Amino acid sequence: MQLLKNNEIIENTWQYLAIDQVITNGDILISAQRWQQEKTSLTTHTGQLGIRLLASDQLADIVDALPHVAVIDLYITDFTDGRSFSQAWLLRHRYQFKGEIRASGDYLSDQVCYLARVGVNAFQPNNGCNVKKEINYLNDFSVHYQ
Amino acid sequence: MYQYNHSDQTLVNERVAQFRRQTESYLKGELTEDQFRALRLRNGLYIQTHAPMLRVAVPYGVLNSTQCRMIAHIARHYDKGYCHFTTRQNIQFNWPKLEQVPDILAELASVQMHAIQTSGNCMRNTTTDPLAGVAQDELEDPRPYCEIIRQWTTLHPEFDYLPRKFKIAVSGSQHDRAATQFHDIGVHLVRNEHHEIGFKILVGGGLGRTPIIGQVIRPFLEKQHLLSYLEAILRIYNLLGRRDNKYKARIKILVKETGLEKFTALVDQEWQCIKNTLLLDEARLNEISTHFTLPAYCHHDAAYDFSALGTQTPAFATWLKHNTVAHKVTGYRAVVLSLKAPNTPPGDLTDQQLDAIADLAEQYSFGEIRSTHRQNLVFADVKEADLFSLWEALQAQHLATPNIGTATDIICCPGLDFCSLANAGSIGITKEINDALDDMDYLHDLGDIKINISGCMNGCAHQSVGHIGILGVDKKGVEWYQLTLGGSSDNDAAIGERLGPAVAKEDVTQAIITILEVYASQRAEEESFLTMVNRVGIEPFRERVYATA
Repeated sequence: MQLLKNNEIIENTWQYLAIDQVITNGDILISAQRWQQEKTSLTTHTGQLGIRLLASDQLADIVDALPHVAVIDLYITDFTDGRSFSQAWLLRHRYQFKGEIRASGDYLSDQVCYLARVGVNAFQPNNGCNVKKEINYLNDFSVHYQ
Repeated sequence: MYQYNHSDQTLVNERVAQFRRQTESYLKGELTEDQFRALRLRNGLYIQTHAPMLRVAVPYGVLNSTQCRMIAHIARHYDKGYCHFTTRQNIQFNWPKLEQVPDILAELASVQMHAIQTSGNCMRNTTTDPLAGVAQDELEDPRPYCEIIRQWTTLHPEFDYLPRKFKIAVSGSQHDRAATQFHDIGVHLVRNEHHEIGFKILVGGGLGRTPIIGQVIRPFLEKQHLLSYLEAILRIYNLLGRRDNKYKARIKILVKETGLEKFTALVDQEWQCIKNTLLLDEARLNEISTHFTLPAYCHHDAAYDFSALGTQTPAFATWLKHNTVAHKVTGYRAVVLSLKAPNTPPGDLTDQQLDAIADLAEQYSFGEIRSTHRQNLVFADVKEADLFSLWEALQAQHLATPNIGTATDIICCPGLDFCSLANAGSIGITKEINDALDDMDYLHDLGDIKINISGCMNGCAHQSVGHIGILGVDKKGVEWYQLTLGGSSDNDAAIGERLGPAVAKEDVTQAIITILEVYASQRAEEESFLTMVNRVGIEPFRERVYATA
């Protein structure tokens, strides 16, 4: 599966592990809930750690994870749910998160220009063939007011 | 009025290109119905009963003659020769072809117009007082702030997918002519105890299914903080507003369920983190304000003497009294063009009328036209000496019906004739009421009466704040009408009280006639309809309406 990150297409090395899956070495994404339950052991994980954040998750629950994670994956299950946009903005501006903020799941390619402006710098569409298209869509607007 | 700079024009052009691509993708099957719906709504495009409906933005209700001619051109070439002005001061076309909409948007962009965010769950067109800049009771011109808000809300990356639609209105006058108490956010220019001008901010007002009067969340906000404070409200709403039920998703429900005190605390907490960002400095305010400088008025020592004209032509005197408004500059008046001629759906204009309006605006009012939330138009700066000739020209265009503020100056939604949501034919009911109230002397004797008719619970015609509200409801496939009395969207904001059980379609007009008769026979001297309803309550009206129904 490919990923668009910082305007370049790269291979995705990350694997999402559901709460009932055994933690393995390597680059893994886990849920906010799992972070809460297993944070002590997760901080010693071999490999990079990332958290998959749903629109319904509370940022406050993962703030303590930010120093330990390389990726926050905003997993969008409904493209009309704009909470992920505010989560991204808060991660970048309020919590000064410097790592990768990824959008994945059910977002629209037509939304990448907005997502990029609130701080998302990596895109993993449901349908991998959209990645190339999204490079162009990032440039839908050359000007903005905000 | 505001003129686009290179960046403004680029943004609108790029939006057209984006929507052209989105439309092509949809027609090729690359976007699903649900995906395209969200994208097209943000460009004002609905799929309606008969055809798509395109809603074009008129930012805070200000148009110039060139734009008005473009609207005429679009009505002629892409529609059936007419358009409709809405309560949001916008313009709707009812018959465009989906595949032609990108071309229409490109034509609009060529005259600095667009349809961005005129629908969808995002921040909508900011509205204001149609007398902005000329009203005698104005503290400060609200239009520069409207423009600042327009820019900030346009394609805001964080707030384009809100729980529900979001509407902001700004008022700069003592008399609220922008219904700000019924907006998600109402912004009032006010003066504090130190004589500084700033904003009183209201939140959580709204009409629709659950009409609620907005509450003051901040009595005084310094001008420089306007945008950061709006951002704080929007962020809290975006994160906490309900998304499980679209009927409970407006900010008014969040404020109600959270409680004003707690909601205010949440907003303040957020605002403290960002209040030193997005500052509006003096230079920025001045730059925007230069777009709204006063036109080159001629000097007049005294108001024009209409006594001779009025005696010779009583019809002109009647129009002058009802369809013109005092102006802050001596020798000028603002003129309301009535879009409520008998036999015409309220708010509708033909391409030929639009062209004529563009010409008349250039001839008489510095080439500028305002739309009002009561679905009329305003020429804001007409010389009193020109009023007679303007009246004659407006009469020839059926735009001088002297019914502004009367019972036939009805706000009406498109209803069953066009809208896929409607339960009822509001345009037909309006015509019946118009036919029944064809005695202009009687109308003028009744005075200030606001009748608002919506074809469904969504309340596009603001029926719940009409002095008389009429709401179409569906009962087992039959049209019925719920009546309310005593609503108001002015300073004395109130939600109308239900008169009784819904009445059948064939009885609605008689019920309205009866209500007006009760008022005419029981009013105290000089007492307006609304004042009387507030004094006596609805019982005298209820008795008579249901006795004869």
